[in-house]
Amino acid sequence: MTTPAIEVSDLTKRYDNLAALEGASFTVPRGSICGFVGPNGAGKTTTIRMLLGLIAPTSGVGTVLGHPITEPEKYLSRVGAMIEGPAFYPALTGSENLRVLATLGGFPQERVDELISLVGLKGRGGDKYKTYSLGMKQRLGIAAALLPEPDLLILDEPTNGLDPEGIQEVRDLLKKLTAGGTTVFVSSHLLSEIEIISEYIVMLRKGEVVFAGAIEELLLNQKPQLIVSTINPDDLQKVIDIAAAAGHVATVRGGLAHIEGPHEYGATLNKLAFEAGITLSQLTPTLPNLEETFFEMTGA
Amino acid sequence: MVRVFFAEWRKLRRPTLFFGTFVAALFFNGLITSFIYLMIDSPQGNADRGRTVGREVLGLAGGSVNGFASIGGLLGIIVLCVFAAQSAQEYTYGTLRNLLVREPRRLILLAGKYAAMKVFALLLAVVNLVVSVGISYYLSDRAKVSTELWFTSDGWSAIAHTLLNVYISMVFFAIIGISLGLFLRSPISSISIALVWLLIIENLIGAVKPVTLDWMPGSQLQTIAQGGSELISYSHALILGSSFVFFALIASSLLFTKRDVAN
Repeated sequence: MTTPAIEVSDLTKRYDNLAALEGASFTVPRGSICGFVGPNGAGKTTTIRMLLGLIAPTSGVGTVLGHPITEPEKYLSRVGAMIEGPAFYPALTGSENLRVLATLGGFPQERVDELISLVGLKGRGGDKYKTYSLGMKQRLGIAAALLPEPDLLILDEPTNGLDPEGIQEVRDLLKKLTAGGTTVFVSSHLLSEIEIISEYIVMLRKGEVVFAGAIEELLLNQKPQLIVSTINPDDLQKVIDIAAAAGHVATVRGGLAHIEGPHEYGATLNKLAFEAGITLSQLTPTLPNLEETFFEMTGA
Repeated sequence: MVRVFFAEWRKLRRPTLFFGTFVAALFFNGLITSFIYLMIDSPQGNADRGRTVGREVLGLAGGSVNGFASIGGLLGIIVLCVFAAQSAQEYTYGTLRNLLVREPRRLILLAGKYAAMKVFALLLAVVNLVVSVGISYYLSDRAKVSTELWFTSDGWSAIAHTLLNVYISMVFFAIIGISLGLFLRSPISSISIALVWLLIIENLIGAVKPVTLDWMPGSQLQTIAQGGSELISYSHALILGSSFVFFALIASSLLFTKRDVAN
């Protein structure tokens, strides 16, 4: 049986009394794209740093590509990573920055030119890093992560600063890499992006894993909802009260009422609202998407 | 470690750093070496602290490297600043995490950095030696200094010994610089603390109580470069200086291997 790309159990990191990560356990299967999401300060970067051997766990165990995270030298030659955005030497050119890392990792220098082209920096590789835009820096960071032709690619916010075309390119690139057998573990704030590209998801809240598994499984377990708006905004609370009186959980988010309940309840709600003199301007049955599920599960 | 060395060398050879350091060092070298010959008859003296280095001293076998030995301490301070900045910048730029992902064996990474530093220091020392001896030879006629003994076997031996002493001193200064960079993780703090200590605090304490200079780290490393001084013997400076550097090396290596890389 193939070992998972990443497997952690009870992983904990504490700084004095502050728990940055508390008893995290999850598995990332090989060859998949796994989204890693959570509010700011949830422990995503801490987890990534532990997987890369940059910080030591306080307790718990983990393996990457079958090797314990306490022995990063055994697996990092097959791992590409971009942590907390790109970080390079401003006075060196983009190519020269990659050559430093290629030399250090023992990768062929020809790979640098290939990657510069692959990430869309052809013609700019000879420019100093300090002259790059945020999007170009991000592209160089992705190129650096791809240097080892990795079995596992760990990316922290890879689409930060990229334009829509760049985001699409990264999305295509990640899909192409997974088709070739690479596992991608990607943290992002763009939940819609994660929902599109990922099969698996690990969700953190305040240092704890609140869900780890297939996205499909997560979304199927969510309750159906009715999204409601009223002609008169003041009536929205009355709709909430009507739904609550019938035992449905209802909240207002973004000027819309989100009411948990089967889609059939829509007809009843519409009738009750009409009888109460409320005119609905929207009544949409929906299943929560990842973003809504995220807000619900993380309380963000 | 070879891969780390070449990766480090790619960073060190960038023109602004490489030529900037060499030009700065050569400028001070030219200035100080020239002063020794051009002010040989000056009543204010031609060496540090108003001392006079006379024709009889400059005419000895080791006369050709008198200027070079005088700037040894300064070369040390230059490499200290360069390597304090280099090591601390890995933290401020966040590039250390990239390096550690590609070479997670931290002691190997550190050893490669030290190896690159030693080659850089050696090049800087050799170029400055050649330029200093060249200037000394050029100005010797004008200053009426005999060069008869400079290129005898004793003369070459003095050149080799001085090069070695200056080189040891530079490497020691650079190790202190790298250690400070690793401890403080800020180029400005590392360099300013080093300069304030070496140029102000040690001199102030030394001026009030000269005997303390026997135990000051900067004083020992400068004395090594000069091959000993009237106040401190070479062997004392070498033993005490090595002890300071050894302590810095062990402490910074332990810190580097154990500390979380969180920026």
